[in-house]
Amino acid sequence: MEQRVGSVLRRHGLIIAFLVFLVGVAVNASAFLTPGNIMDVLRQVSITGLMAVGVTFVVLTGRLDLSVGSLLTLLTVIVVDQHNVVGPFPAIMMTLLAGACIGAFNGVLVGFVGLNALIVTLAMLSFLQGLVLFYSGGSNVNVENAQATWFAVFGRGTFLGLPVPVVIFLLGALIAGLVLQFTSFGRKVYGVGGNETASIFSGIDARWTVFWTYVISGLATGVAAIVMGSRVMGAQNTIGQGYELTVLAGIILGGTSLLGGSGSIWRTVIGISMLGFIQNGLLLLGFPYYVQWLVTWVIIIIAVWIDLGAKRGRIFA
Amino acid sequence: MSQAILKVEGITKTFPGVKALDNVSFDIRPGEVHALVGENGAGKSTLMKTLAGLHRCDGGEIFYQGAPLSLSGPLDARRKGILLIHQELSLSPELSVAENIYLGAWQTNRFGMLKKRELRRNATTALEALGCGFGPDVRLGTLSVAMQQMVEIARAEAFSANVVIFDEPTASLTDSEKDQLFQTIRGLKARGVGIVYISHKMDEIFDITDRITVLRDGQVQGTVDTADTDLNQITRMMIGRTLDAYFVKAKAEFGDEVLRVEGLSKRGLFSDASFSVRQGEVLGLYGLVGAGRSELVETVFGVRRADAGRLFWKGREIDWPTPRQSIDMGMALVPESRKEQGLVLMMGGRENTSLPHLRRFSDLTVMNRAREMAVYEKYRSALSIKTTGPDQAVSQLSGGNQQKFVLAKWLCAEPGLIILDEPTRGIDVGSKSAIHELIADLAEQGLAVIVISSEMPEVLGVSHRVLAMSEGSIVAEFKGDAMTEEHLIDSVSHAREPVAAE
Repeated sequence: MEQRVGSVLRRHGLIIAFLVFLVGVAVNASAFLTPGNIMDVLRQVSITGLMAVGVTFVVLTGRLDLSVGSLLTLLTVIVVDQHNVVGPFPAIMMTLLAGACIGAFNGVLVGFVGLNALIVTLAMLSFLQGLVLFYSGGSNVNVENAQATWFAVFGRGTFLGLPVPVVIFLLGALIAGLVLQFTSFGRKVYGVGGNETASIFSGIDARWTVFWTYVISGLATGVAAIVMGSRVMGAQNTIGQGYELTVLAGIILGGTSLLGGSGSIWRTVIGISMLGFIQNGLLLLGFPYYVQWLVTWVIIIIAVWIDLGAKRGRIFA
Repeated sequence: MSQAILKVEGITKTFPGVKALDNVSFDIRPGEVHALVGENGAGKSTLMKTLAGLHRCDGGEIFYQGAPLSLSGPLDARRKGILLIHQELSLSPELSVAENIYLGAWQTNRFGMLKKRELRRNATTALEALGCGFGPDVRLGTLSVAMQQMVEIARAEAFSANVVIFDEPTASLTDSEKDQLFQTIRGLKARGVGIVYISHKMDEIFDITDRITVLRDGQVQGTVDTADTDLNQITRMMIGRTLDAYFVKAKAEFGDEVLRVEGLSKRGLFSDASFSVRQGEVLGLYGLVGAGRSELVETVFGVRRADAGRLFWKGREIDWPTPRQSIDMGMALVPESRKEQGLVLMMGGRENTSLPHLRRFSDLTVMNRAREMAVYEKYRSALSIKTTGPDQAVSQLSGGNQQKFVLAKWLCAEPGLIILDEPTRGIDVGSKSAIHELIADLAEQGLAVIVISSEMPEVLGVSHRVLAMSEGSIVAEFKGDAMTEEHLIDSVSHAREPVAAE
């Protein structure tokens, strides 16, 4: 009996802790589990969620993408600024293209040149932060005719009663999940992450597989930037700051292994949503918003610890 | 009969889904070499890891020097005088020999600094006792595998071990290094150390051991005196039946040439290698580890790039292929290391089988699971692979079953040429002979087969023709009556002679 409780705790410990947390918050803040608040949380989660869906591909190959936070800033600035210049549709296309290109750049450096993913994307984070300021000249940008444009639909619209950002997020997650589970590309991603050498011996060009995961990551961040720009109808130069960590925390919390080869999109959706509810719950309990950064630390450590502990059967090394 | 130094009584160890050890009892006497044999997955490694403090058993008891033994970990075992010498060496290449001998058990002064002088002195004593030709200050990474193994054995001296467990110690040793190792083992034995010797190589077991304990499916099948038994009896105990012939050779009916390689060179690895292989032919490639055999076939397959050379496929000259192109052409390479190069361990058998042929198993990139399952099931049953299901991670399978999945993944493409790099290394006798039979079958079906092996009986037994490789060059070719162990040894050691001569 005791053993069974132990193994349930180990396997579902995070979920159980999360449910306890939900109940705890709901008891203390009656607004927490109302439909309106739940939709709010999902709407907030949809931007990091879209990014996390893309980054999950990269993580499954055993690599990292830390550049997505700055990339979100840059792309949001681009989509908002270009909206004023070339109109909504071309601006959206440019944003997606720019996201894919930056991703491809990371992909070449990691996949083909063989540089360390952590360093390449960390450097890219810095580079893009600078690039944003070159682009914007340091000032914030705003959509000029905010009341008149259909561009608002991505961030503020509703579809069948659901906020459009949530629909885009879930749709993106569904497509990504299908690609990973049912296509040969998905199989290659798991293969390269699980054992790169064996995959190469099996005729899989690991370089291209890695390359495409970064393109997907950049593209997903592009979609997130469109939602973000549409919701805010403007962009500050710091709008995506720190998002790369939230994204990574969500992926880890979902249980996708940073070593590659194991994990999935639905895990990421669960992980990033849990993170959203935790942050929202803390706000409702009256904590300042910056407490989320402290909590992110706790969550990353605990999630990774539980994962490792379950794998090796011991809590300590 | 002397008193047992280590006595195992009825120990049991269960892993999720498997009873790895089932009521196992055996003992080790001082001054004896006790062989532990069994097929892969029989429980040898689990038993040894339990004795060395890496596993805790679920039931039963271990008595050491007459008292019940409980271990907190491998270091504790080492301190108490039980030393496990791993199959894969457990040393740190960046540290010195002396630091490695005492790895994890370093003496420190009260400021936490390493007592370097004492460490060196003790290490020197241990090395000298073994007659090692190197000092304690050498960086470990610069030593050969055999020398590194001596460093591990030096721990036996340094910790005055009473029990030393060797797990497949000769797997990557040359013959002369093996002789030296056996001398060392006899030295330990003369000093009253109890030795457990795990190996798949029967000639070694009959050469060096005093008693043999056979494990099968986690149970002890019996313990016999080596002098009173023979290979047949041991094999019968191991697999529950006798093996009449170890090697089956395919009928020598050859068709057209499948592959020809001319003047293949890669600086530092091999030079000017030329050979060809025909349909229905089994070409053996013999050489010691480090002779460049694996590198040569990996280059032919396209995993590595050559500096120079020409490649002909079915009579037509082709550009150097990528692995993808090689596979599509009909070439298959079963690589040397199944865990590093052969399998994605966390995937199941189904996904591993289809990994090289994703395009064949998908329609417009969408995987066709029914087709995948059909092929998986066909080869799983043809090779009689034991799993709990198509998605059971192959990491949970025994070495023999893993190797069969590597074969399945390459055979299911029905290739024209299959290259097998050490296909039977580290697998049990039963799976071994199954693979030998398979090689003969494949050749008779008209495949061209290249078999790399460092086991002479194997390479001579299965091949129609054997190339001997030494230090990156193909030094000789033998066929028919010229295919003898003497000739092979002669050819590869001839090239080495000037280096080895004193």
